[in-house]
Amino acid sequence: MSVKELEKTATLEHASDGHFHGDGILGEQFETLEQQNTSYLIGMWAFIVQEVLFFGAIFTAYAIYRFKYVLEFTLAHHELSVPIGTLNTFVLLFSSYTMARAVRAAMQNRHKKQAFYLFLTFLFAGVFMVNKYFEYGAKFEHHLFPGGDYDAHAVVEHAEKKGELRIVEENGKELYELGKTRNGEFTAFKQVTPEEFEQRTRLFFGFYFVMTGLHGLHVLVGMIIIAILIGRAWIDHLKNKPIADYMPVEMTGLYWHLVDIVWIFLFPLLYLIGR
Amino acid sequence: MATDKPNYLNWKTTVASWLLTYDHKRIGILYLVVISIFFALGGLAAAMIRMELATPKGDLLTSDVYNKMFTAHGVIMIFLFLIPSIPAVFGNFALPLMIGARDVAFPRLNLLSWYFFTGGALLVLIALFRGGIDTGWTFYTPYSSSFAKGEVSLAIVGVFLAGFASIFTGINFLVTIHKMRAPGMTWFRLPLFVWAMYATSLIQVLGTPVVAITLLLVAVERSFKIGIFDPNLGGDPILYQHLFWFYSHPAVYIMILPAMGVISEVISAFSKRRVFGYHFVAFSSLAIAIIGFLVWGHHMFSTGQSMYAGIVFSFLTWIVAIPSAIKTFNWMATIWKGRVHWDTPMLYALGFMGLFVIGGLTGLHLAAMATNVHLTDTYFIVAHFHYVMVGGGIMGYLAALHFWWPKMTGRMYPEGWGKLAAMLVFVGFNLTFFPQFILGYMGMPRRYHSYPEEWAVLNVLSTAGSSVLGLGYLLPLIYLTWSLKYGKVVTERNPWGARGLEWELVDTPPDPHNFERTPIVTRPAYDYNHPEEPTAFIPKPRPVVVGGKDG
Repeated sequence: MSVKELEKTATLEHASDGHFHGDGILGEQFETLEQQNTSYLIGMWAFIVQEVLFFGAIFTAYAIYRFKYVLEFTLAHHELSVPIGTLNTFVLLFSSYTMARAVRAAMQNRHKKQAFYLFLTFLFAGVFMVNKYFEYGAKFEHHLFPGGDYDAHAVVEHAEKKGELRIVEENGKELYELGKTRNGEFTAFKQVTPEEFEQRTRLFFGFYFVMTGLHGLHVLVGMIIIAILIGRAWIDHLKNKPIADYMPVEMTGLYWHLVDIVWIFLFPLLYLIGR
Repeated sequence: MATDKPNYLNWKTTVASWLLTYDHKRIGILYLVVISIFFALGGLAAAMIRMELATPKGDLLTSDVYNKMFTAHGVIMIFLFLIPSIPAVFGNFALPLMIGARDVAFPRLNLLSWYFFTGGALLVLIALFRGGIDTGWTFYTPYSSSFAKGEVSLAIVGVFLAGFASIFTGINFLVTIHKMRAPGMTWFRLPLFVWAMYATSLIQVLGTPVVAITLLLVAVERSFKIGIFDPNLGGDPILYQHLFWFYSHPAVYIMILPAMGVISEVISAFSKRRVFGYHFVAFSSLAIAIIGFLVWGHHMFSTGQSMYAGIVFSFLTWIVAIPSAIKTFNWMATIWKGRVHWDTPMLYALGFMGLFVIGGLTGLHLAAMATNVHLTDTYFIVAHFHYVMVGGGIMGYLAALHFWWPKMTGRMYPEGWGKLAAMLVFVGFNLTFFPQFILGYMGMPRRYHSYPEEWAVLNVLSTAGSSVLGLGYLLPLIYLTWSLKYGKVVTERNPWGARGLEWELVDTPPDPHNFERTPIVTRPAYDYNHPEEPTAFIPKPRPVVVGGKDG
């Protein structure tokens, strides 16, 4: 660099404060990389807090209705596929691991390795979404999507077979008795009309679709960001860039772990408890 | 300070340089333009309401149109004006200047928030023009679900987007206040406006997502007939109210806390005294933000919630009055024995104090369960929250607008007209809303377009007051716009003789990069006792070391 060019940089806004400016990584508003990186981190954590409250409100609503309609919700949740849910849990957990490796690789400026682990993360996310697709498809097939042709027949038949629901007639009207069969004897805990049963199971599937749908949307957004990061890491690799900003990967990692942990709560709440 | 030096307004002048700007000052101006339009629209709806109520008979508007009018008024004024007003305009413009930063921490997120807000606002506008909505600003179920008319879903999506704009602003300011303070700007040297903005940001980040998901659930309920809030389908409309007020009560503090921050700035600048009890005023902002999250049930005393919950909510609501009173008493102590200058911002600040005291104390009537049962859903409530949100929020907004106007534009507003408008707003406001306390106490319910003859006198008074108030709001719109071209040019940095980095070290209008170099702060805020000591100074540039790390 010639002296003339140096003088030019010295008149720039903050080139003369004696700090390292990290190859154009540093935003104009920041003084040091350390300030920039911690700002990003605090910002991301604030965003995560926001997400927790976003999901928290709907978790609360779900908890209230599960408490209110515990028998109906339990019968409805038998229709969810535990094997697929378990598989998806492991898939997401593994994707969190590969994400952590990608963050580590990014910190070490090993661009190829970073791209590889990001690609694995992307792949796992894809597997999750494909599983979700088949799961949703099965629900649509059994008319369990709470749209126009919702029908609780699948739930009723299944529950009857398991001895947790009995159809009785009172004053010429059909009623469902919800209960348990022990030693061949049925004990009824609650009587509901078929309409009530349909509404309440519909409520369950409504929550199921809204909660897993919002979560799936977060997975999709994560996949888009990860795809962009893969491209960037690969370009850095081809250009043999010595240093790249690792914060985008770090922040995406935080986001990805959030998506993971939301699922960790969704899975037992929707699939497991009451089984 | 030569006038030919480029400033943030004129260094680039293309439309794209405004619409794609990352400069916090320009984004503040963008917000100012948009919310001014919505303030005018919301004001028009209010004018229609008051004209209808000038006569006991429902003759000007049908009850359907009347419902749509007060809904439009509420939705626009709350979501599209009051919530973004001071944080997004003056928080954006002044906060980085006050803490000695070049910009907010996330300038791109800042611009994105403006686009979210403007996009959401346009959707609400489309919903209003395509037939309007009649749910009231609260979107209560089942008004917004089973019995809804009009474009409720569109309006909900609009409010959802505006909500995320507010979350983005909150995240941005939290990080900015934590990480972007200049060297020497310790937490207890921060101006109190910054403390107020910190408390506001906390509420924006913690509260807004809850109302966002709640409104989303209403939209889902409408689209798929899932009875989350519909008792006919197994749901519970009271759950909606709980989730809604969990945000919307703290949202009241999103509107009033920044105004309180402005009042601290204005009162000390125009009394030439340090704010009395600085630490108490700072922490009372945080106390209001935190306790404010625990009082939402006072909106639901008459919904049949548990009596014990009611007692707790009532008690906690009274507790919120304490930090609010701490602020008011400290402001009074600040003025006491100060050299008071009666400029327009100070008039608005004094108006704020008077009106906020009435608004706050009548809040205690409503927080007491026994009187609440009598007063709930009457005009007493309407008067109470207008005293807080208009008498507090908008007075603070106007004080801020006049206080920072010379800094923002490089032009002074006409002082005589400013004082006249401040007087008109104060008198008009009281004439409009004080009669409503009496009407409410007599039992006049809110949200009806007709009423019995015996309430005519007070209603006519209220309508007459609202025209004075309208004039008071119209005047600033005219003379501030006029002053952009014909106002007295201000080139000095500190036209008010105030303390603070934005007055002492920043050009008028500011340089695009705010400060020549990052300042070093050496004195606490409001150090009026030491006029010879500057609050901060710009350090000399370090010599460039050839072959150093930068080279």
